Amino acid sequence: MSTPAPRTPDRPRLVVVGHGMVGHRLVQAAIERGLTETHDVVVIGDETHAAYDRVGLTTFFEVGAEALSLLPTGVYDDPRVRLVLGSAVTGIDTASRTVRFAEGDLAYDELVLATGAAPFVPPVEGRDLEGCFVYRTLGDLEAIRDAATAGARVGAVVGGGLLGLEAANALRQLGLETHVVEMATRLMAVQVDDAGGAVLRRHVEALGLTVHTDARTTAVLGEDGRVTGLGLADADDLPADLVVFSAGIRPRDALAREAGLEVAERGGVLVDERCRTSDPHVWAVGECAAPAGRVYGLVAPGYAMAEVVVDALVGGPGTFTGADMSTKLKLMGVDVASFGDAFAATEGSLELVYADAVAGVYKKLVVSDDGRTLLGGMLVGDASAYGVLRPMVASGIALPDNPEDLILPAGRGAATEVGLPDEAQVCSCNDVSKADITAAVAREDDPCDSASCVTRCTGAGSTCGSCKPVVKKIVEDFFAEQGRVVDRSLCEHFAMTRQELFDAIAVGGHTGFDAVVAAHGTGRGCDVCKPTVASILASLLNHHVLDAANRVVQDTNDAYLANIQKNGTYSVMPRIAGGEVTPEGLVVLGEVARDFGLYTKITGGQRIDLLGARMEDLPAIWRRLVDAGFESGHAYGKSLRTVKSCVGSTWCRYGVQDSTSLAIMLEHRYRGLRSPHKIKGGVSGCARECAEARGKDFGVIATEKGWNLYVAGNGGANPVHARLLAQDLDTETLVRYLDRFLMYYVRTADRLQRTAPWVEGLDGGLDRVREVVVDDALGLGSELEAAMDAHVDTYVDEWAATLEDPEKLARFTSFVNAPDVPDPNISFGVTRGQAEPVLHEGPVDLGATIGVGAPR
Amino acid sequence: MNETVRETVGGSASGTGTWTPVCPLSRIDVEGGVTALVGGRAVAVFRTFADEVFALDNVDPFSRASVLARGIVGTRGDVDFVASPMHKQAFALRTGECLDDPTVRVAAYDVRVVDGTVEVGGVRGAR
Ligand code: SRM
Ligand SMILES: Cc1cc2nc3c(=O)[nH]c(=O)nc-3n(C[C@H](O)[C@H](O)[C@H](O)COP(=O)(O)OP(=O)(O)OC[C@H]3O[C@@H](n4cnc5c(N)ncnc54)[C@H](O)[C@@H]3O)c2cc1C
Ligand code: SF4
Ligand code: FES
Repeated sequence: MSTPAPRTPDRPRLVVVGHGMVGHRLVQAAIERGLTETHDVVVIGDETHAAYDRVGLTTFFEVGAEALSLLPTGVYDDPRVRLVLGSAVTGIDTASRTVRFAEGDLAYDELVLATGAAPFVPPVEGRDLEGCFVYRTLGDLEAIRDAATAGARVGAVVGGGLLGLEAANALRQLGLETHVVEMATRLMAVQVDDAGGAVLRRHVEALGLTVHTDARTTAVLGEDGRVTGLGLADADDLPADLVVFSAGIRPRDALAREAGLEVAERGGVLVDERCRTSDPHVWAVGECAAPAGRVYGLVAPGYAMAEVVVDALVGGPGTFTGADMSTKLKLMGVDVASFGDAFAATEGSLELVYADAVAGVYKKLVVSDDGRTLLGGMLVGDASAYGVLRPMVASGIALPDNPEDLILPAGRGAATEVGLPDEAQVCSCNDVSKADITAAVAREDDPCDSASCVTRCTGAGSTCGSCKPVVKKIVEDFFAEQGRVVDRSLCEHFAMTRQELFDAIAVGGHTGFDAVVAAHGTGRGCDVCKPTVASILASLLNHHVLDAANRVVQDTNDAYLANIQKNGTYSVMPRIAGGEVTPEGLVVLGEVARDFGLYTKITGGQRIDLLGARMEDLPAIWRRLVDAGFESGHAYGKSLRTVKSCVGSTWCRYGVQDSTSLAIMLEHRYRGLRSPHKIKGGVSGCARECAEARGKDFGVIATEKGWNLYVAGNGGANPVHARLLAQDLDTETLVRYLDRFLMYYVRTADRLQRTAPWVEGLDGGLDRVREVVVDDALGLGSELEAAMDAHVDTYVDEWAATLEDPEKLARFTSFVNAPDVPDPNISFGVTRGQAEPVLHEGPVDLGATIGVGAPR
Repeated sequence: MNETVRETVGGSASGTGTWTPVCPLSRIDVEGGVTALVGGRAVAVFRTFADEVFALDNVDPFSRASVLARGIVGTRGDVDFVASPMHKQAFALRTGECLDDPTVRVAAYDVRVVDGTVEVGGVRGAR
């Protein structure tokens, strides 16, 4: 590691200790507000990962560390900021204004402590045994996962608060039998009352967790240095081989204490309203800070403190005077929210309670004695009203005449129609008001045109996500009010979305681009709209993509039924359905590759790619392949690629269903289906998931009773796990649901939109898909199935058909006036015994290099 | 060896008024392209919706692959263009100028249709 640059006398240095959520926000604010114009910034963090979304920590097992990162590149764009990771600050000297860390002593002009908090581990015997963990960092979660995969079976979480429940759910997802041990009489005692706690407990138990309340942990039991269980006061020992402590947090204020800075009575670095400590050049923000003696264990107040410090350093007047402590639990399937004065501590306040024990819903509103203002509330089992209620508390706006409507079940209430005042804080994590959101959509210069753009520009919705529905509603209401239509034009030639164009073409019965552009567009099209129209026509008509009327509008790869490579040659990828191939088939592939000099590789999609084919050789290559029984693999099309399979119950000792046969059947059923983007599937023979089905647009996993269907997974640039759509299906039902799902996607998705972002963007998300596909709520089911049946019935192999048609074959030539001369711009070298493309500096001139009359 | 080729290669001299017949106009799809060998070089010949014919060097300067004739032909505003099939940069058919990066251009060739036959001449303007 390089030594710190000597401090330039004219550029003061700001040192930040801790690169967590708040430290990162502080640096961002310093860059945005121009502090780096005058100051150099050095950030020192002791974790090896750059700042990441700790609030979303539990999703680590699902999405991985990279998705959580707040600084994926690991460096700030601003060269005046230096980030040092994996290094702890071990001391502060306020007299000489230096901090000590691995690189030596570093001088500062201003110092910000953003060291966060550490989990509190109660001082019980055995807490250091192997198998004891805390739940705070990526490192902690990696260690827990390793222990779980190394054979731990039973896990116990000490603490039934918000974080304890998150940790417990994570253990459950890792496959552990999980116990929650809580000292108080109910779960989440800080946020909910006894009645709410009881409803919450039933939900948590329904997830398969065992809850022990009124249970005080007295010791961690062990044998040979390893955990074997928990000792409880007044109860039997609880056997466990993994223990996670989640019994609260303690601010990391040790550095400040040792430096002689004042700390709060109950811990935390004492700071004033500007977040300044007792030393004028030292500041503290986030969970390590205690403004007015109070530590805030949430990220939003920390962000606010970061802004205040930067504001102070650039000479602004900002202050931090306390924060909203609203919380919403993100446990899968269990909604819990608590906001404002949830326990009716305000003098004369009244409570409105709605409880439905059968549905597992408990909602309470706390209102002022005149019933006019909302003071707080708690929601268990259904927190959908949270987004609207919380800002009402923060802004103190008048309640509607029947406040109970706000918590009555949807349909009877009018929660989403309550108008918020401009100053209402919509996103508490990032302190974004309704006015900020409308400003982003209304501004002159490059206004936001969607809720996701607002999230990018203002931050609203980017942290816990609980405000997203309200953000979306505000944006849509704004557009509706303006009578403005959001510009979703495909391109300059079509002022409509792909979905609108799809409907227009279907209704108009068009069969060619010329008719479509004449009826609905302007100009002569481009590389965006032409392939889109081509794909829609192919979905609707299932005609040959090289038919004369439409071949010039096909996307590059469709135009030659092969994938173009960097040197202008093509790859050839025959279908190998489900990855199953006969030895004879392999021999043919080998012979063809050898005879045409093609580079051969096993793909990531369980098939074989032959690369480096000259365009004019494609027909001869395919003649051989078709004769041997191969067909197009559509690797070039926005269409079904592969349905990956595992060997399943036929061979595998764990398999419970014949996954290979199903994968082949599905690949044959959906082959050739032109769609907004490519579609991939997978079928695994048991829950071990060797076919990685949940990484696909549709994934099927065998169960003892049938098949579980998962949809909308994605590999690629933004990986997403497919989510469960329906369980334990028989094959017929599975196919019906898949037909509906895929056709629904083909008809309504945007151009080049994979299924994952499509579902994410649908109003109602996966629930909407389930309504259409499983519940048939729109009554579209049979129509979608019929459309798929029509596709299946009219399928023909594109390559076999091309070989039969001289007109189509005519386009596969090197030079229209010299069909026997191969393009001299294409050359190959050799790597590991196979062909490899070689690019030329510029156009190759045959006349000059080879001489007149001998162009070969 | 193909007769036409020998002739054109022999007569190759860019910009000197030599015309190489390459194919009947009907051989080029409307809004499509073909590759021709002209003076030893790969030349992309396009036909627009208005039945005008244009010719550009076939090598895409961005990817250095000989592929432009295989791109999609369309319009940007009033300008006829082809999108490179490799990475979709747009080139004006008339001038060879790259519409996404004015510092880049490909050579544009003279081209005409005589009695239904497309003929390519030399590179337009000075090289
Ligand atoms: C050949 C292959 C790599 C290999 O050597 O293994 C490959 C090659 C290409 N992939 Fe891929 N992908 C291949 C498997 C994958 C996989 C793995 C899989 O399918 O299980 C993925 C991740 C899974 C997924 O798609 O969700 C994958 C994610 C992508 C993406 C990112 C898609 C996304 O949603 O982010 C692209 C880019 C795109 O499509 O826009 C891409 C695009 C491409 C293109 C088409 C890029 C291009 O335009 O030239 C490559 C050309 C293929 C060709 O033959 O010339 N390829 N690509 C694999 C062919 C599989 C097959 O048999 O069909
Ligand atoms: C599982 C989980 C779920 C949560 N859910 C929510 C939620 O839903 N809503 C919410 O508002 N909040 C939630 N939180 C709390 C939220 O994550 C914290 O409020 C927030 O991370 C605080 O930010 P910070 O920067 O102050 O501290 P941190 O993010 O902890 O960052 C402090 C960093 O400083 C480092 N550090 C400490 N000492 C030193 C040193 N001497 N030298 C160098 N580096 C040092 C630490 O290692 C750490 O990387 C959750 C927390 C967890 C663990
Ligand atoms: S997913 Fe299950 S059945 Fe398929 S190979 Fe893996 S372990 Fe065997
Ligand atoms: S309230 Fe958490 S992201 Fe908006």
